[in-house]
Amino acid sequence: MDNARQLCTFFVDDLLLSLEVERVLEVLRPQEMTRVPLASEVVSGLINLRGQIVTAVCLRRRLKLPPPPDGWKPMNIVVRAEGGPVALLVDEIGDVLEVEDAAFERPPETLHGPAREMIRGVYKLKERLMMVLDADKAIALPTAAERSSAA
Amino acid sequence: MVNDEVVNEFLLESYENLDRLERDLVALEATPRDKEILSSIFRTVHTIKGTSSFLAFERIEKVSHAAESLLAMLRDGTLNFNRAIGNSLLALVDTLRRLMANVESTGAEGEVSVDELIAMFGRLRAPLAVAQPAPVATPESVPAPEAAVASAPPAETPAPPAVVAAPVTTTAPAASVQPPATVPTVVVEEPLPAVIPPPAAAPAPVAVQLPPPAPVVPSPVSIPAAPVAAPAPVASPPPVVAQEHAEGGDEPKGGRSLADSTVRVDVTVLDRLMNLVGELVLARNQILQHTVTQTDPSLLATSQRINALTTELQEGVMKTRMQPIDNVWSKFPRVVRDVSGSLEKQVKLEMEGRETELDKTIIEAIRDPLTHLLRNAIDHGIERPDVRVAAGKPAAGRLQLRAYHEGGQVNIEIVDDGAGISAEKIKRKALEKGLVSPERIARMSDRDIVNLIFMPGFSTAEKVTNVSGRGVGMDVVKTNIEKIGGTVDVHSRPGNGSTFKLKIPLTLAIVPALMVGAGGDRFAIPQVSLLELVRLEREDAARSVEFVQGVPVYRLRGNLLPLVYLSRELSLPEAGDPEGALNVVVLQADGTPFGLVVDEIRDTEEIVVKPLGKLLSGLSAFAGATIMGDGRVALILDVLGLSQRAGIAASLRDSLGSGAEEASSVADEVRQTVLVFRVGASGRMALPLSEVARLEEIPADSIESLSGRQFVQYRGGVMPLAQVSRIVAPDQPAVAWGERIHIVVHARDGINVGLVVDGILDIVEEPLRIQTEMSRPGVVGCAVVQGRVTEVLSVADLVASTGARLPNHSEAA
Repeated sequence: MDNARQLCTFFVDDLLLSLEVERVLEVLRPQEMTRVPLASEVVSGLINLRGQIVTAVCLRRRLKLPPPPDGWKPMNIVVRAEGGPVALLVDEIGDVLEVEDAAFERPPETLHGPAREMIRGVYKLKERLMMVLDADKAIALPTAAERSSAA
Repeated sequence: MVNDEVVNEFLLESYENLDRLERDLVALEATPRDKEILSSIFRTVHTIKGTSSFLAFERIEKVSHAAESLLAMLRDGTLNFNRAIGNSLLALVDTLRRLMANVESTGAEGEVSVDELIAMFGRLRAPLAVAQPAPVATPESVPAPEAAVASAPPAETPAPPAVVAAPVTTTAPAASVQPPATVPTVVVEEPLPAVIPPPAAAPAPVAVQLPPPAPVVPSPVSIPAAPVAAPAPVASPPPVVAQEHAEGGDEPKGGRSLADSTVRVDVTVLDRLMNLVGELVLARNQILQHTVTQTDPSLLATSQRINALTTELQEGVMKTRMQPIDNVWSKFPRVVRDVSGSLEKQVKLEMEGRETELDKTIIEAIRDPLTHLLRNAIDHGIERPDVRVAAGKPAAGRLQLRAYHEGGQVNIEIVDDGAGISAEKIKRKALEKGLVSPERIARMSDRDIVNLIFMPGFSTAEKVTNVSGRGVGMDVVKTNIEKIGGTVDVHSRPGNGSTFKLKIPLTLAIVPALMVGAGGDRFAIPQVSLLELVRLEREDAARSVEFVQGVPVYRLRGNLLPLVYLSRELSLPEAGDPEGALNVVVLQADGTPFGLVVDEIRDTEEIVVKPLGKLLSGLSAFAGATIMGDGRVALILDVLGLSQRAGIAASLRDSLGSGAEEASSVADEVRQTVLVFRVGASGRMALPLSEVARLEEIPADSIESLSGRQFVQYRGGVMPLAQVSRIVAPDQPAVAWGERIHIVVHARDGINVGLVVDGILDIVEEPLRIQTEMSRPGVVGCAVVQGRVTEVLSVADLVASTGARLPNHSEAA
C-alpha cells in the first residue's frame, strides 16, 4: 500500500501551503492580467493561458490574509477544476514534497477564521507546519458567511 | 462505459433507429394506411431484433421479436392499426431506450422488465382480430384525423374525428360489404380501428386482387364525422384529410428513405476543430495587427491570403456546427401527442421553418425551454374540446411552431389559438403574491402585465398538473434563453390565443464586435445589439443631455434615450473622452434602446467568444471574454445585462421611493408618456397617457346638469363629467368655462368618464415616478415632470366623484 503522496508547496504571506500534485496543471511566472470590474475582490483578473482564458484568484485575499504589497508579482499555480482551470496567485513557489499519510493531522486549533475552512489538514515538517489547501474551496467564491465573518 | 466497438455501433445506430421509429409511429397514427411507413417500422424493429440477438441482448431481442410478430400482422393486413397498438409500440420504443441506456452504462440490459409488453403484444395479436382478412374496408375510422396528434377520448363510440372510409367504388370481390361489427372488436380499447391496406393495394381505386384485405380506396371525398358503426360504405377521406394535416412527423413519403451522402463525425472532433479555428482567428488578428506597420509587399500579400483563407475556413467550420432546428422539433409530435392525450385535449401541431439552422450548442440549450413552452401551451393555452366548440372554435386546437432568420438572429414563435392569457388574472396573481407593487402594476400596459408570467414564483395554474403549474417553469425558460444571449416575450390575444416569441443569436462562437474603452480598460460589444453610434462634441454634449430626476437622457430624433455611463456602471475611474466629447453607443436589448456612454470608440473586430469561468458567471454585465490581437484579455459586455442594471440603477436613484419599488425593475420602466394639463388659472398636473382614451373639446352648452352632476352625450352614450379643479383645488376660484371645454376621456370596459380640465399643456415622454404619496382627494402624489414638481392626478378619485361605478378599477384606493 502506498502511504505517501506528493504535494506541491508554496508560500502565501507567512504560511506554507500545499496542493496534491494531481490537482496542479502547471506553474507560471507572473502574468499580465485583465481586471474584471464588479467581480469579487478575490478575483484578481483574467489571464491568457495559451489561448484559454483563466480566472486568477488571489489567495491572500481568499484566505483573508494581509493584502499584497504594491508592485506584487505573484506566481501562478494553475489548478484543475470542474469548470475549467483556475490560477491561484501565491507569493512564492516551494518544492514538491513527499509526505506520509500517517503524518497527516486535522487543522490546528490555533488556526481560525476563513482560512480554517479551506485547510484540509496539516503535516508536521521538521521545522514548521505545512497546511494542505482544499483546492475546490479555495477557488470557490467566498460564501456569505465567510464574507461577513470579521477578517 | 462499454468499450466494445461493435456494441457502441449498435447503440448508436439503434438510438437513431428508435428516433425514426418514434416519428414513424406518430406519423402512422395520422395515416394508418401508409404502407411505406409501416414497412419502415417493420424493418427497424426487425433490424434491432437481429442485431440484438447477435449480441446476445436477450430482452431486447425478445421484446423486439414480439413486436415484430404484431407488426407482421399489421403489414399483412390481418390486423388493423389503432391507438392501442400505437401506444404499445411507443411503449416499446421507451422500453428499448431504457434497455439500451443500461447497456451503454453497464454493459448489461439490467432489470428492465419486458414481460408485460410482450404479453400486451400477444393480446393485441389475439384472433379477435380478423382471422380472415375479409372484412377489411367498410367501416374504417382513422383516429386523429386533422392532427398529427390528437387524443380521442377512449371508450366513446364515435370519436369526433372518426372518419369512415369505405371501399366504395371497389366492386371487388370480398369485403366491401362486411358489417363493421367485426372490425371494432379487434381493438382492445378503442372502437375506432383503422385498416391498413395490404402492401399490395395501392391507393389506387380498387384493384382488388387480394382476397384478404379489402380494397379500400381512399378517394378525396370528405366525410362527415359519422360514427364507426355507420355502415355506409362510402366516403374515404382519411388519407387525404390526414395528409392535409400531416405535419408534426415526417412526411410519410418522400424525403425519408433517401440515402444521404453524409458522414458521421464525433461531436468532440467537431468541437476541437471549432476551437482550433477560433485560435486561428485570434492568431490571424494578431498577424493583421503586426502587418499594419509593415511594408514588405510579399508579407502583406501573404497575410492577406491568410486572412481570406481563415475567414473561409471559419465559415466552413461554423457550418458543420449548424444544425436544423428540426433536430429539436422532431421529438415534438410525440410530446404533443402524449401531453394532449393525458390532458384530454386535441391539438394539431404545425411546424414551419424546420430547416432553419442554429449552432449546435444553441440547439441543445433551447430544447428544454421549447418543450416547456409547448407543454404550457397545451396545458394552459388550448382549451378542452367542449369549451372550444362552445366558443365557436374547432375542437382541435392549433399549435404552430415557426422559425426563421432575421437580422442576425433566429426567431422562434410558438403560436396557439387557445384562450390567451388574461391580463386581469395575471395582475391579480402578481398582487396576491406580492411580486409587484400596486402602483407599479397600475402603470403597466397589458402587454407588460402579461409578460409578468416570467417572474420567478409565478404560476396561475389552479391545480398543479403533472405537466406544469409548479411555478418554476416560465422563469427558468426565460433564464435559460437569456443565458445564451436570447430574449423571450409573450403576446396574448384574449380569447384567441398567445404567441411566445424567442429571439436567439445564430451562433455564440465568433461574432463581430465593437471595441470601446472605458475607465482605462477595453471592452467588446457584440455588433448584433448595436443600433448606431453618436458622438456629441463638447458644446453639444452639455446641451443635449437632459436630466430627468437625476437620470441622464438624450433626445435622439425625438425619442428619449436613457444614458448609461459605462465607467460608472462598472465602478471604474471616469476618464471621459480626451476632448470632452460624449461618445454614445446606442444599443438595444429586449426591445428598449439605450445609450451607453464610453470614453472612446475603437475598431470593430471579429472576436472569439470565450465563456467566463464559474467564478464570474454571476456577473450580469459581462457575456464572456475574448483575447485581442495583442494577446490581452478583453471582457465582452452583456447588453441585456447592462440594460437591466441601468434600469435598476435608475430606480435606485429614486430618493424617497415608495419603497415598494422592486429592485428587479426592467428597463421599460424608464419611458412613459405623460399628459400635462392646466388646473385652475395657473396650476398644472400630470396624468399618464395610458389612462387617457381620448382628448376632446366640446361646446360648453352640450353639458347637461342633473341633480348636481354634469353629463354630456358622447358617442351614443351618456358620459358623466368630473371637474378636476373642483376636486383638486376646491377653494380656488373656478375658472369660467369658455365656449369650448377640454375633456380628458378615461375609458374602461367601454364606459367613458370625462375629466374636465382647464387646458392641455403638453405631452412628454418621461419616467413618471411618484415621489410622495398624498392623501389629498384627486391626487396620487408628486412627481418631477419637465423639471418641475407636479401633482399626478388620481383618476380613481375623479371617477368616484362622478358617482359612476366602473368595473375592475385597479388603482389602489
